[in-house]
Amino acid sequence: MLKQRETILAGVIAVMIALVAWRAPGYLAATNVVNLLSNWGFLIILVVGQFAVLLTRGIDLSQASVLAFCGMFLAILSQHLPNLPAIAYVIAALAMGAMFGILNAALIVFASIPPIIATLGMMTIIRGLIFVLSDGAWISSHEMAPGFKAFPAGVFLSIPNVFWVAAITTLVFWALFTLRRVGRDIYAFGGNPTAARNAGISRTRLEFIVYALSGACAGLCGYLWAGRFAIAYTQSAEGREFAIIAACVIGGASITGGRGTVIGVVLGALFIALIETALPFLRINPFLQLAATGAVILIAVAVNARSERTPGRQILARKETPK
Amino acid sequence: MNRTVLGSWEIALIAMLIGVMALMTWFTPYFLDIYNLIDSTLNYSEKALIALPMALLIIAREIDVSVASIVALAAVLMGLAADSGAPTAVIVIIGLATGLIAGTFNGLIVNYLGVHSIVVTIGTLSLYRGIAVSIVGDEAFTAFPPSFSWFGQHFLFDILPVEFVFFVIAALVFGFVLHFTIYGRRIYAIGTNPEASRYAGIDVARYRVIIFAVTGLMCGLAAILLSSRLGSVRLNIATGWELQVITMVVLGGVSIAGGSGSILGVTLAVFVIGLLTFGLSLINVPGIVMNIYIGLMLILAIALPRAVAAARSFLMLK
Repeated sequence: MLKQRETILAGVIAVMIALVAWRAPGYLAATNVVNLLSNWGFLIILVVGQFAVLLTRGIDLSQASVLAFCGMFLAILSQHLPNLPAIAYVIAALAMGAMFGILNAALIVFASIPPIIATLGMMTIIRGLIFVLSDGAWISSHEMAPGFKAFPAGVFLSIPNVFWVAAITTLVFWALFTLRRVGRDIYAFGGNPTAARNAGISRTRLEFIVYALSGACAGLCGYLWAGRFAIAYTQSAEGREFAIIAACVIGGASITGGRGTVIGVVLGALFIALIETALPFLRINPFLQLAATGAVILIAVAVNARSERTPGRQILARKETPK
Repeated sequence: MNRTVLGSWEIALIAMLIGVMALMTWFTPYFLDIYNLIDSTLNYSEKALIALPMALLIIAREIDVSVASIVALAAVLMGLAADSGAPTAVIVIIGLATGLIAGTFNGLIVNYLGVHSIVVTIGTLSLYRGIAVSIVGDEAFTAFPPSFSWFGQHFLFDILPVEFVFFVIAALVFGFVLHFTIYGRRIYAIGTNPEASRYAGIDVARYRVIIFAVTGLMCGLAAILLSSRLGSVRLNIATGWELQVITMVVLGGVSIAGGSGSILGVTLAVFVIGLLTFGLSLINVPGIVMNIYIGLMLILAIALPRAVAAARSFLMLK
């Protein structure tokens, strides 16, 4: 079931947890585990969406800005319609995020803009739009409707709701990539676009699907984020895209497409969430934490890359197809 | 593509430049003022200096998203040196050396690991910024010697900012190397087909390290100009620059797939973005809203020519 890479990553994570718990016993206290689970949950929702895009040799740099936009939009919505049920926010978040994703895909497919440029442009535009939407103001806890915050901040069976949503998302993506034909098509397309086209797989359709999924994940995360942290502002989650991509790569996804598993990237997300929550507990100077995170990401990427090297690479290197 | 000195993309950029200037002149009478325009170069010269080597990287199918972090690291180390009383010459050497080392490290790691440079530089983005942040903390370094302010605050002949002169010289050097030397041709060759280039006897790995090192060096230079202009270094210095620099390069017609683009295009794009930003700030558009226009311009600039070409071939088929 679990491939070797995932087993190793899971082992590394277990060792890390053990080490942290040994150095700082408070880390495994219930309140902190809830905190870790919700951080992991946020990251999972974003990472699986990004993973779908990475599989097709694309990249989605607009996720964090879509997250911030949807969070802001829904927070404002909750001021006008305070009695909406949580499910309405979830549906609206998914739809709005998917809409941004479809816009990304349209730019990539119809205008043939490279994904990194299209999503970079969208990222800049969406950040600007949030400012226009909110007039640069922050929306903080007391300005949000109670019904808006209840679900994202809630706990069910002593596990945060965010994590439940992430678990469901993982299951959906796992099923999509393992049981559904479209998921296999995405792998095939990422592995070899030319062969996939010859086999009758439509690039257009797949790209619309993956970017819509990535956007929907970002939108959903936007609602949960704004509700859980009870704050929405123009710079919400800014710079998060780099952590998301790092989690994917550590989990075994490849920037060049066609590789990785949902379980792998979910573990990659745990790896990042673990580092981010453990460093303060180890009493590492808060200003050093960013450097430590960067160093750990580099080491993890290095270990991955070395283990992936196959002998004879120079002769049998995979032919790079122009995007 | 871009066989001639003035490719069609460069002509489109000149048209865009004229369009931006016309539009801004129409919006506000203060735009077309020579002193204002010269002053405005200070706002983009530093980023433009990084856009030049970034163009080489992207032409060679690489990318460096850690540039803003290198600027921050170099600026912080310079600030630290200044705090302990180092003279201007030492501060400048520290800035350049930091950039050079950080850039070389990026290049070596990319080569050693054989993974895409975006992945490696995402890691060093956190690493370099993190080291910088851990040194400066929530303080600010402000003890630069008076002579250090020459770089960012001095005007040659009372009119030309030193920063802008640096950019013009750098653009000429990069343009010469890329377009008129064998090294430049090899960079295009590497970007067009790295495997074939290696079989053709080009030391691809060495070129890669050198271009990354040059990128780092230019980041060091930008850090000198920036900290000299601001006179203080804080932990959030140059945040978000990586994406602005990449925007300049891509708008300049450098293909993200590698192998094409020109320094003239990048230089024109620098002016298009610089003047647009300056004009919008004159009519009181907040910085973050400007991003909407810059993002739209980036997307439209790339989408429109393709749309026109597609429409043309569609009509021809009919």
